[in-house]
Amino acid sequence: MSSKIHPKIHPVIRSSLLLGAIALLGTALLAGVNNLTKERIAHQERQRVLQQLNEIVPVDSYNNDLLSDVIEIREPALFRSEWPVTVYRARKDGEPVAVMMITTAPDGYNGNIRLLLGIDVNSTIVGVRVISHKETPGLGDPIEIEKSNWILGFNQKSLQQPDNEGWAVKRDGGNFDQFTGATISPRAVVKAVHAALLYFDAHKQAIFDQPSMVTETDE
Amino acid sequence: MNKSLMKDILIDGAWRQNTGLVVLLGLCPLLAVTNTVINGLALGLATMLTLMVSNLSVSALRGMLRPEIRIPAFVLIIASVVTVIELLMHAFFYDLYRLLGIFIPLIVTNCAIIGRAEAFASRNKPLPSLLDGFATGLGFCITLVLLGALREIIGRGTLLDGAGMLLGSWADHLSLTIIPNHPGFLLAMLPPGAFIGLGLLIAARKGLENRKANHQSAEMESKEPLGEQA
Repeated sequence: MSSKIHPKIHPVIRSSLLLGAIALLGTALLAGVNNLTKERIAHQERQRVLQQLNEIVPVDSYNNDLLSDVIEIREPALFRSEWPVTVYRARKDGEPVAVMMITTAPDGYNGNIRLLLGIDVNSTIVGVRVISHKETPGLGDPIEIEKSNWILGFNQKSLQQPDNEGWAVKRDGGNFDQFTGATISPRAVVKAVHAALLYFDAHKQAIFDQPSMVTETDE
Repeated sequence: MNKSLMKDILIDGAWRQNTGLVVLLGLCPLLAVTNTVINGLALGLATMLTLMVSNLSVSALRGMLRPEIRIPAFVLIIASVVTVIELLMHAFFYDLYRLLGIFIPLIVTNCAIIGRAEAFASRNKPLPSLLDGFATGLGFCITLVLLGALREIIGRGTLLDGAGMLLGSWADHLSLTIIPNHPGFLLAMLPPGAFIGLGLLIAARKGLENRKANHQSAEMESKEPLGEQA
């Protein structure tokens, strides 16, 4: 088909034009597919967040738009991580019900473990889930709910139950199990959950009063 | 396309020129994701799809491609195809997308794909090229699944763990526990285990080939004396 292009055109120019045409075609294709899928992808991402949140705090316990009642906390020293902590606030008829915090345990075996934890207004943990991690498969990954029930051990825990000493894995003299062959991953999760709980308990009022970052959503 | 050519393409891609075990291309994703069967299968299928579409596109454009720009053109085509697949997976197979994460874009760097574009698709008609993509992808996928099974059984004592994430929740009961209360064998789960497992698979394939060759030569020898008698 190269014969269609005039033979007197210099080969380098002809090649460049061809390559440019292919690049243009590829770009057009990608732009098209991106346009077609972008809304669905955004929707999937939001659904995923909402689904995770609702796994912890039941849908009927609140009636505000959870995804648009959100603040960010930056306290690198307290949470031992540069990542801001995202806090979704659940309210029923305007009254605070619970918060869902996305926090980071910086000291996993392979770096950051991202956690979602729900704390009700009485500073009791409603539930904890691991959002993402790079822990060793088969050793550190029982922190995931898909792999074991270990993470459910945080349910109903508070600052009094167990006490300060108890907020550690058993090897460190605390109340929480470690895994066979893996202490680091559970230890990191316990520490991060404790830090978040301490912060929430001390700043409860401020957390609920702060204006939301998002004013409205497209849904 | 006649039948013997089709058969040759299929056997070459899946066995004689198996990407993972013979040509040893695409080892980065092969070694990285094969710690379970399901991970291996999911990446294998995505790679197979990429191979088929990229082979088909390269073959369709082969009349236009001049030798000096063919490699950059292949890269452009393959990268576009992979990105389209990634976007579609993100939109329609969200769980699968989350499972494979970073390894989907890395399919671009799988040398097997550019290898097939160069060695086969740029010289053949679209239909054989499509078949070649399928066969090569199948061979790669089988290798990934075998290595995944080997590592999953030894490393965790399970098989098909997480099938529900790939195939929907009905597949959850496919997960088997081969060794109950397995303490976990870290070596098999980490990269060194992947290399050792791949070595074992290559040896097993070679062993099968040698046995077949011995068998054939033995058959020929047993026929020769008969010939002398006659």
